[in-house]
Amino acid sequence: MMPETEKRTMQLNMGPAHPAMHGTVNIGLELEGERICGSEVGIGYMHRAFEKTVEHRSWNQVVPYTDRLNYVSPVINNVGYALAVEKLLGISVPERGVWIRTLMCEVSRVTDHLTCNGAMAMELGALTVFIWLIRAREILYGLLEEATGARLTVSWSRIGGVSADLTDKFLAGLPGAIREVRRAVSEGNTLLTGNRIFIDRTRGIGALSREDAVSHAITGPLGRASGLDYDVRRDLPYLAYDQVQFEVPLGEHGDVYDRFMVRVREIEQSLRIIEQCLAKLPGGPVGVDDQRVTLPAKDDVYSSMESLIHHFKLLMPGHGIRPPAGEVYQAVEGANGELGFYIVSDGSDRPWRIRVRPPCFFAMAALSKMIDGGLVADVPPVFGSVNMIAGELDR
Amino acid sequence: MKQQPSHGIRQEAGPVFHELRGKFPRIVRDGWQEPPLEVVVIEKDSIARVAGYLRESWGVAALMDLTVVDYQGYAGGKKPARFEVVWYFQSFESGRRIRIKAAVPDTDPVVPSLSGLYASADWLEREAWDMFGIGFTGHPGLRRILMYEEFSGHPLRKDYPLAKEQPLVEQVHPGVPPFGAKPKALGGE
Amino acid sequence: MKRPSRESAPGRAGESVSWVATRIGDAVSWGRKYSLFQYPFVTACCGMEFMSAAAGHHDQDRFGAAFPRFSPRQADMLIVVGTVSHKLAPVLKRVYDQMCEPKWVVSFGTCATSGGFYDNYATVQGIDTILPVDVAISGCPPPPESVFDAIIKLQEKIQKEGWEAVQSRRRHPPAEARRQ
Repeated sequence: MMPETEKRTMQLNMGPAHPAMHGTVNIGLELEGERICGSEVGIGYMHRAFEKTVEHRSWNQVVPYTDRLNYVSPVINNVGYALAVEKLLGISVPERGVWIRTLMCEVSRVTDHLTCNGAMAMELGALTVFIWLIRAREILYGLLEEATGARLTVSWSRIGGVSADLTDKFLAGLPGAIREVRRAVSEGNTLLTGNRIFIDRTRGIGALSREDAVSHAITGPLGRASGLDYDVRRDLPYLAYDQVQFEVPLGEHGDVYDRFMVRVREIEQSLRIIEQCLAKLPGGPVGVDDQRVTLPAKDDVYSSMESLIHHFKLLMPGHGIRPPAGEVYQAVEGANGELGFYIVSDGSDRPWRIRVRPPCFFAMAALSKMIDGGLVADVPPVFGSVNMIAGELDR
Repeated sequence: MKQQPSHGIRQEAGPVFHELRGKFPRIVRDGWQEPPLEVVVIEKDSIARVAGYLRESWGVAALMDLTVVDYQGYAGGKKPARFEVVWYFQSFESGRRIRIKAAVPDTDPVVPSLSGLYASADWLEREAWDMFGIGFTGHPGLRRILMYEEFSGHPLRKDYPLAKEQPLVEQVHPGVPPFGAKPKALGGE
Repeated sequence: MKRPSRESAPGRAGESVSWVATRIGDAVSWGRKYSLFQYPFVTACCGMEFMSAAAGHHDQDRFGAAFPRFSPRQADMLIVVGTVSHKLAPVLKRVYDQMCEPKWVVSFGTCATSGGFYDNYATVQGIDTILPVDVAISGCPPPPESVFDAIIKLQEKIQKEGWEAVQSRRRHPPAEARRQ
């Protein structure tokens, strides 16, 4: 007599070291064959104690740490943090500073979307699209290096301004870069958007309804792909976004295909904003001239005693930038959604508490909902479309 | 309508504060506006009721953020308790943004959980527990999220030292003294 | 032709080396260095520069080190890219232990080499506290040119190992020997 076969589900860990997991995250899957019955997402493998470390640094020293939050779009983090502290101090950057910050934020957003789409395409096997989009990203990295000195972790903003104005070479090279990015994106589109295989692998996969997106507080391209019409740049304008024209692309089904297309259309909108910034860029200083935050010019420091003392007083521990005691919240549109900085100051030269509202944290909390009931093979595209950046998720 | 950025200056309390104080007179402590937000300070144990009310009457459907601030040693003003839990709500339809704060003492670091009302509260509360040790009653499974289970202590509290590591894998590199070790005397041995 | 015997192999100072043994060692090392199969243990921002180094513009395929092998059993170069936290350290150790000899470890970036500017409770202060590292790349993140510099240095190191490495079967000393 044949014994009864015992049927059990299988536990499988995807991660923390897994090729399809960009960054490190652990997805514990409970499988019945190929179908996922349940999943549990474990994060925290890249926790680098950002919020604790910055309590021991001065206000400008925090800027390099903010770079490494969402490291694919570092300028947005830098600028968001600087805006929050400037709000607390009650200072505002001059016109040119505002416009170049807007321009660089959009350049960073383009690099983020190129990386996300490229990596997602690579997961699905479209390695050519990955190579092309990364090639376009390389051109932007070259320009970033020209403007800020670093390709990736730029640490570009300062409280009250930026580290340096944009160079002529940067401004001259930008139109060519925009052309190349457009070309790469359109070539990638030719390969993917009507592609039967791509559509089969992404249509209807990992769908998230609008109600779920709202309940999980998911904003950004994910929220917009689910139909949530919210963009911090339009609804809570900061920098120069109220003076440029751009559309906010929306999706319908909230599946992986919609998220991919929303990002593609957002790249185009960001390029539009960059072109408008280039056209409208005013002259003038890029940083505020406020003695509480602005370092004096080096010529003065080396020739005048007062400037030397001023320079020291801005950099010595215990002195330096000291915003008034209080709290502030500043939201910017990160590449993944609303990136918020909640800063509490006690009036000293070090932050008391900086809380980063990481947009992909909320998306990852909903990841279980997106993959349950699907196949194991659906996890890479869904996970790629979430664009989890471990530096931001775990901070 | 374009929102003007504030300069961190508090303005007098807004409509949400007045309505909440009318509805829940004993639990609303303070309120002000920090454009574009409204801030309301309440008693910690009534957050679930207040959140439910905000949801029904103001259409606030999203808990955007939840965090904790440890005010031990704070020099910027008197604070009623050691911890302060901060909830940040938003309504996408009306654009209303509300920050609710509640003082939480060291002796009773427990607040009600919002995980039944908002799906985002689940992980946010786990992180608050992990980093600060604030308990949330009614949470389905309060456990660490960013640190590992073997870690002891709540690292974002002010009394946890920044560099105190609790390694899981044995470190075999010679010459690196453990945290807190006394430096070697010079000129000796 | 004299067959290489154990007694004539190098490894102890002053002993003679068979010519054939050296040639075999060189050939094997040449094969090893130009067919590195990496296990990219990617965690953080350095992953973006790793991606750039692997993609078309910089192209590490020129060095024979193109194909990542995402199974430790099939890889021979563990390249630890980005910060390793204490939560992740056991995972890293396990991946390293699962790799077969010969294996090399490259720590990519300042965080992997020394912990970077994350001197705090959550970060491993350099993976050399838990693994033996062959080449360390500094930079935050290192530009792709630094990556190629490190690959070239690693290839020189492999070439120098020669017959000794072929014979000893175990490159990295076990943990007990490294503890001092």
